Amino acid sequence: MSKTVAIITENFGQYDPGSIHSYLSIGGFSAVKKALTMSSAEIIEMTKKAAVKGRGGAAYDTGRKWAQAASVPGEDKVVICNADEGEPCTFKDRSILSKDPFRLIEGMIIAGYTVGAKNGYIYLREEYRHLRPLIRNAIDESLSNGFLGDNILNTGFSFQIHLYSGAGAYVCGEGSTLIESIEGKSGRPRIKPPFIKECGLFQLPTLVNNVETLAIAAAFIQHGVEEYLSHGTSGSPGTKIISLAGNIKNPGAYEIPFGLTLREIIYDIGGGIPDGHELKLFQLGGASGKIGPASIVDTPYTYEDLAKEGLVVGSGGILVVDDRTRVIDFVKSIQDFFIHESCGKCTPCREGNRQIAKIIDRFVEGSQRPDDLQTAERFANIMSNCAFCGLGETAQSTLLSAIKHFPQEFGLTEVAENEKH
Amino acid sequence: MQRLEGVRQMNSTKTESFGILTRELAQEIDKTINHYRSNSTKLVGILLDIQDIIPKQYIPREVAAYVSEKMNIPLSKIYDVISFYAALSDVPRADYVIQLCDSVVCKVTGNTTLRDTISQLLGIKEQESTPDGKYWLEYTPCFGACDISPAMRINGKVFGHLTTQDSVKAVLDQYR
Repeated sequence: MSKTVAIITENFGQYDPGSIHSYLSIGGFSAVKKALTMSSAEIIEMTKKAAVKGRGGAAYDTGRKWAQAASVPGEDKVVICNADEGEPCTFKDRSILSKDPFRLIEGMIIAGYTVGAKNGYIYLREEYRHLRPLIRNAIDESLSNGFLGDNILNTGFSFQIHLYSGAGAYVCGEGSTLIESIEGKSGRPRIKPPFIKECGLFQLPTLVNNVETLAIAAAFIQHGVEEYLSHGTSGSPGTKIISLAGNIKNPGAYEIPFGLTLREIIYDIGGGIPDGHELKLFQLGGASGKIGPASIVDTPYTYEDLAKEGLVVGSGGILVVDDRTRVIDFVKSIQDFFIHESCGKCTPCREGNRQIAKIIDRFVEGSQRPDDLQTAERFANIMSNCAFCGLGETAQSTLLSAIKHFPQEFGLTEVAENEKH
Repeated sequence: MQRLEGVRQMNSTKTESFGILTRELAQEIDKTINHYRSNSTKLVGILLDIQDIIPKQYIPREVAAYVSEKMNIPLSKIYDVISFYAALSDVPRADYVIQLCDSVVCKVTGNTTLRDTISQLLGIKEQESTPDGKYWLEYTPCFGACDISPAMRINGKVFGHLTTQDSVKAVLDQYR
């Protein structure tokens, strides 16, 4: 029996994503129709019950976020759909954008109605520019069929959706940075407070949700929360779309119930490691996530069980790495990524990444100095405590978890041996 | 080529423009800016669209100056955006911009054959163009094609499963 499920992904392959008529023929927009008969408070109650944690990676409770957004005073509010998934090994939002764009539109309308917003913005990463015509069409057809625009379905609720493009900057996945980018500026994070929920895009109260989060909302409004909650565990109810890739036979985006073990995900869904190689490690949640060794592969994929191992769900990326990759080379690749993507605004991130990279390069060459690892760890801790935004705070997750789980690959046992003499 | 009057040529040694801002191109740029209603919040999208219609896929200095004037945005702000975003270039690239994914997923799945084959076939390294101006090579972070890695993009189109020399050659043959 297949271990994947289809709730968020139930429409995949069921209709032509380039046609609203095709979408309507499978019952499309019933979530919006239903939501517009409910009160904002009822929708928030339902969202809280579904206990969806934000799927961009930060895992903030969606019901709580919507309740806060709804209670912020303001006649003119904004909903932003963050379609800028930039974590390496994360492509699950691409599956929604390409196979079910209308459900995303529904999710945004519902979010807008719930919090009292007039305008919605989709910030689509430049790397998905090939999906721009499809999303543009979904917005235009929704507008011409009365699901967007003024007085939607004669309810008095008016909502517009605008499409904006990113231009290849990972840091723009961060909420305030994304807002700077939509305002036509370079992408550097804003200082908080003011928080974007009160003063965000164009100084207006702003709600930012990930693509998958909005798609889930449309799903549980349409079917009720019971079906969604029948999956998962008590601590992590529901389902999640994962992006499974790396040294794996069947890479892809899969919807799974929370609670499968990593072994089930890697071997039963992913088909295991190709060419007879052995699992060495996995990285969860992208470059800002942590790595775990093969020895904990029986850990259930839930927020609480992963936390016990120091791991995160994050964006839902699961990168599988076999015995052909050296841990230090893996760490170097992640470090190079963060050097490239640091926006340069704050010193801990800009300089910390550079200095740590120098040390990692010495480890790659085998020319490390005795105190190098200690120095790298100290810099890494300063970054996680002092960086301006989430990028700098999490940039060293891979390094720190690599040192913890694979000390021998940093020559730590050898150092200990030397110290004996 | 007829030069547009009133727009100062502002070439630096780094940023060549080859006198590219013809009257025709200026009209195209006007169209793009008008399409976005000269909305300054659309600057990133406007520059991306303009870059698409300029040969060698970049924003020449004189075009940046023209957009600055047209939209009444300081040139420094235009360059703040151009220099910040990886998808915008202030140096001429080529007819075909090859973006080779160099992120950890493509490394783990083995992108050395892809890297070596491209460099060998085209005789260029990262951030270089072929002498005929046809191909430009750049390494880029993850573009979300990990399920078909190792992968590359050519003019925005994604190609994956590039594990052999033959598979890389077959893709390049489509861009002769």
